[in-house]
Amino acid sequence: MSESTSASLPIPAEAEARNAAANAENERLRRNARIRRHVGLFFSYAALAIITFLMIFPLLVVVLVSFTPKDITETWPPKLIPGTFTLANYASLFHRLPIGREMVNAAVFACAVTVFSVFFDSLAAYGLSRIDFKGRTVLLDILIATMMIPAMALLIPVYKLLASMGLVNSYWGIIIPRMADVGGIFLLRQFFVSIPKDLDAAARIDGAGELRIFFQIILPNSVPALLTITMFNLMGNWNDLLWPLIMTSRPETRTITVGLAMLTGHGSSVTPYGVVMAGALISALPLVIVFFFIQKRFVEGIAMTGMK
Amino acid sequence: MTKAVVDSGGRQVAKDNKKALSRRNFLHGIAFVAPALIILLIFVFYPAVQTFITSLTTDRINRSGRFVGFENYVKLFGNADFRKDVLNTLVYAVLYAPIVVIVALLFALLLNRKDLKFVGFFRTFMFLPYVISMTVAAIAWDFILSPSLGLIPYWLGRITGIQHIDLLGSSSTAMITIVLITVWKNFGYFMVIFLAGLQGISQELYEAAALDGVNVWQKFWYITVPALRPTFVYIMIFGLIGSFQVFDQVFIMTSGGPDRATETIVYRIYTEAFGNGKLGYASALSYVLLIMTLIVGLCVLVNNARHEKEEIA
Repeated sequence: MSESTSASLPIPAEAEARNAAANAENERLRRNARIRRHVGLFFSYAALAIITFLMIFPLLVVVLVSFTPKDITETWPPKLIPGTFTLANYASLFHRLPIGREMVNAAVFACAVTVFSVFFDSLAAYGLSRIDFKGRTVLLDILIATMMIPAMALLIPVYKLLASMGLVNSYWGIIIPRMADVGGIFLLRQFFVSIPKDLDAAARIDGAGELRIFFQIILPNSVPALLTITMFNLMGNWNDLLWPLIMTSRPETRTITVGLAMLTGHGSSVTPYGVVMAGALISALPLVIVFFFIQKRFVEGIAMTGMK
Repeated sequence: MTKAVVDSGGRQVAKDNKKALSRRNFLHGIAFVAPALIILLIFVFYPAVQTFITSLTTDRINRSGRFVGFENYVKLFGNADFRKDVLNTLVYAVLYAPIVVIVALLFALLLNRKDLKFVGFFRTFMFLPYVISMTVAAIAWDFILSPSLGLIPYWLGRITGIQHIDLLGSSSTAMITIVLITVWKNFGYFMVIFLAGLQGISQELYEAAALDGVNVWQKFWYITVPALRPTFVYIMIFGLIGSFQVFDQVFIMTSGGPDRATETIVYRIYTEAFGNGKLGYASALSYVLLIMTLIVGLCVLVNNARHEKEEIA
């Protein structure tokens, strides 16, 4: 092939040499790019491995310390892998804290708030996205402004109000003020807006009322958003400290997060680390388990609804 | 003549229909919004006003006080501890928001590499601390950083030769340590949002830029950053508003110490109102927090609106 071309077209030998050199140069560049890509990939994996270790390390410490005898945990120099196993910390924890009661309280609080707030938020989001009524824009503006009011600045009047109704130290007292949430309304509204209007128009022609459209069309089409907002509600309330700390002074209504905080020295006596870690592990476990089951859809839900 | 009457009658019917529809829509709209709105009226709008009213009194937790006008505010601003609380809160926010944004963006960019495997695995573990409570996170770090038992002071001792470094116990390092622990806990959430933003950028933009011989940094500054602007704004607002409300970390790890170095506004509200029972004084503190938050929120929004206008122009 090259012979015939060089025969028919008189290409000087130096041109061919230049061509070959260019090819070699190209090959070299491509190889360099490949090497650079591989080096880049190597450093990416290295960075990700380090950060993954950093993310897990404190949680690993909680697990390890909770199963390690006190005299091994509380020595210097600290050992990374303790090597001795005990359940004494857990026994001591159950002795110190009404942990079963506090877990139930946290579950009642978090689940009740979640059920009410997801329902009321989605009702409001439906009204604010699917029904074109007078005053809707004003209402939306007011709600956006509300989002900037820090809940922490409102604790005192809310506490006084609930105290005057005799709701301090009761389930309803911690649940009622959380039964609606502007952030949730906006997250759901944004999702509802993206559902095609044709769907409810068709149902309307068939004589469906607003409630039927809400339950049979909008909600079934919003599962990712509903799942995300449900998980946020569970996390926000199960993990919350200040609100139940103020509202519950007795163990009968105290949540596990508050009980745990009390163990750390804000209560009466100083508690060994192992016992606190046992409590930390028990308190974190339910949500971590739920998270691992739904993590893919939850994270995708955040990605889908998290912006704007 | 008769035709005209029919016509106007028809128009009348249409008008009535429209009126009825608008009335119906209004009633339905309000009915759907009502449950949430009632809760918000009682537990957000009313308290927002009532906090201000209480801040003008000497109310205590067990008895009503008297009206004193702006005396609580005057007392506050004359109080060095209060100025320190405000400063601490601002320092915390100014450190936390940029660090969490940079770390989140960095790992989002890393995870956005097309040739990377195990993205889901890394993402899950970066997100995991966001799921646990700040109380648990603070307990874990409190132990790891404990000067007499912790691994980090031990390792730092091996490296620097200074034994038993107390990062949370010295006023120069306590605040930044709390900031970094909070970044550790929260950046995974922001990273997920950045990652979604990055994946929303059209690949064609980068390809066109590559044809023009644009380098990696230029691509980042002129394509990635502008495309992520709405995400930045969102994260900045929530990062800043969130950081004005820091409480859990301080409560568990430092109790505001050492020497008030980590005492934030919300921690002070808690101790004044529910420790000392001074509701009037604590309400004034609450209002300062509220105003600070509104100012920052409005600044970010106005800045964003200006940018958007510039982009159109």
